[in-house]
Amino acid sequence: MANADTYLEISRLTVAFPKAPVPVLNDVELRIAKGEYVAVIGHSGCGKSTLLNVVAGLLPASMGGVVLDGREVTEPGPDRAVVFQNHSLLPWLTCYENVRLAVDQTLSKTMTRAERHEWTLHNLGLVRMEHAKDMRPAEISGGMKQRIGIARALAMKPKVLLLDEPFGALDALTRAHLQDEVMRIHAALGTTVMMITHDVDEAVLLSDRIVMLTNGPNATIGEILDVNLERPRDRLKLAHDPRFIEARAAVLEFLHARHAQPAL
Amino acid sequence: MNAGTKPLPAIPIVSRPAASFIPEDSRLVKVARIVLPPLVVLIALGLLWEVVMSGPTAALPPPSKVWTDARQLILDPFFDNGGLDKGLFWHLMASLSRVALGFALAAVVGILTGLLIGTSSLAMRGLDPIFQVLRTVPPLAWLPLSLAAFREAQPSAIFVIFITSIWPIIINTAVGVRNVPQDYRNVAAVIRLKGPAYFLRIVLPAAAPFIFTGLRIGVGLSWLAIVAAEMLIGGVGIGFFIWDAWNSSNLSDIIVALAYVGLTGFILDRAVAFIGKLVTRGTAID
Ligand SMILES: Nc1ncnc2c1ncn2[C@@H]1O[C@H](COP(=O)(O)OP(=O)(O)OP(=O)(O)O)[C@@H](O)[C@H]1O
Ligand SMILES: [Mg+2]
Repeated sequence: MANADTYLEISRLTVAFPKAPVPVLNDVELRIAKGEYVAVIGHSGCGKSTLLNVVAGLLPASMGGVVLDGREVTEPGPDRAVVFQNHSLLPWLTCYENVRLAVDQTLSKTMTRAERHEWTLHNLGLVRMEHAKDMRPAEISGGMKQRIGIARALAMKPKVLLLDEPFGALDALTRAHLQDEVMRIHAALGTTVMMITHDVDEAVLLSDRIVMLTNGPNATIGEILDVNLERPRDRLKLAHDPRFIEARAAVLEFLHARHAQPAL
Repeated sequence: MNAGTKPLPAIPIVSRPAASFIPEDSRLVKVARIVLPPLVVLIALGLLWEVVMSGPTAALPPPSKVWTDARQLILDPFFDNGGLDKGLFWHLMASLSRVALGFALAAVVGILTGLLIGTSSLAMRGLDPIFQVLRTVPPLAWLPLSLAAFREAQPSAIFVIFITSIWPIIINTAVGVRNVPQDYRNVAAVIRLKGPAYFLRIVLPAAAPFIFTGLRIGVGLSWLAIVAAEMLIGGVGIGFFIWDAWNSSNLSDIIVALAYVGLTGFILDRAVAFIGKLVTRGTAID
């Protein structure tokens, strides 16, 4: 039943880990259009990362599946670039080399050496990190590492960008900076984005739609909220915008009233 | 020369980094901080030793007697009167060259074996239990067997070094390979880094700190083993030198040799650690 502009389709997806009696995710159904920015929100442990990992191809689906641009996802690949929660930069490579490794691996058939060098620098520039290109991950701050992680993902020219709580480990100010940065990049490149988060403000500020997961196990999509705020968005102006406040309230309602976190 | 003879330069009104208010230690102070405490302890221990061992019935020579007895040995490690009558430098070189050979072999074979059992769970299941037993065999217990097999002192000693130092190298390498963090494996999967390229660009660098830990333990064990092995096999070498000195009741020579053995072992350990730091580019702690 895919409608015409479905780009990424998750259909009837059930994921169970071996030995676990109950599946983590049950019957998840989601369609994402090209260029859309979708946030997935839910309580800790409900299966957000699991969902993202299946889309990335890092985890197999037990039932159902994922189709991207007409092709079924069976294994990981650079068309679904992931920015991991904990940056996952290779510590023995410089920032440049981290991005360059991904570029060399994924684009060596279509670009010459010189072009790949330029492309690597271009993507470092996109996240404003050219100045740190010769530093190693241990020598830069958490926010900078996350920027390099985003540059690495973008450099693969992915069809969809998968972000797993990309700013979760950052302080509020750095987080706001990076959110603005991601909005700018999304506007400039029109990348399709699926972002995991547990920050309600972040979800409302960045996304076109917010997918809310119910509590696990057997988690599924409880509700999908459309965020009808025109872009570019400005966090200061939106703070008093009734539509923003309303969307925020709706997500909070879902998370804390109807699907409050079960006692741990 | 005096500040009063010249007008003072205008003080710039920019804020200075706070650091300039904290007096920074000069290089000399820093060096002294590292060198002085052990030096003081050394002198104190030397004095204590001198006092305790100065009586007529003392079993061991005091430092002053070591100095008079073994002055030639201490001051000229390079003399060579032919046969076994050589300076300590030559004995140490003989021991070190055995260690170098045995340890180099152990490093190559150990890293390769470690990579194998780290990657293949079949090899792991087959070899690991055997290694776990063999690695507890004391180095010298291998010596008679290796003398029987090689029928010569030199290769036997090298084999003892090899067999002593190989276990920590194998085991640490295997652990390093098996513990490549899931994060790095995910990254490799997303960019489709597979096969030999995956091995070279992800597994080896991720395991490198572990491998160097193994090498460092291995070189320490080698040095422990060579001194003991040389006592038994004879020939030029610091181990036999000590044994020979004992047979001629030359305790002062033994004490001097022990100091050299300790310092050499220390340098070996630091050298491997240094190379490790260079090769892993300081990511070892990460
Ligand atoms: N490898 C695994 N084997 C078995 N169970 C797992 C495995 N990985 C995750 N789980 C379980 O699946 C559930 C969902 O995990 P997941 O990591 O997707 O949660 P999450 O929503 O991303 O949580 P968080 O917000 O804390 O990151 C958890 O209850 C967890 O215990
Ligand atoms: Mg998660």
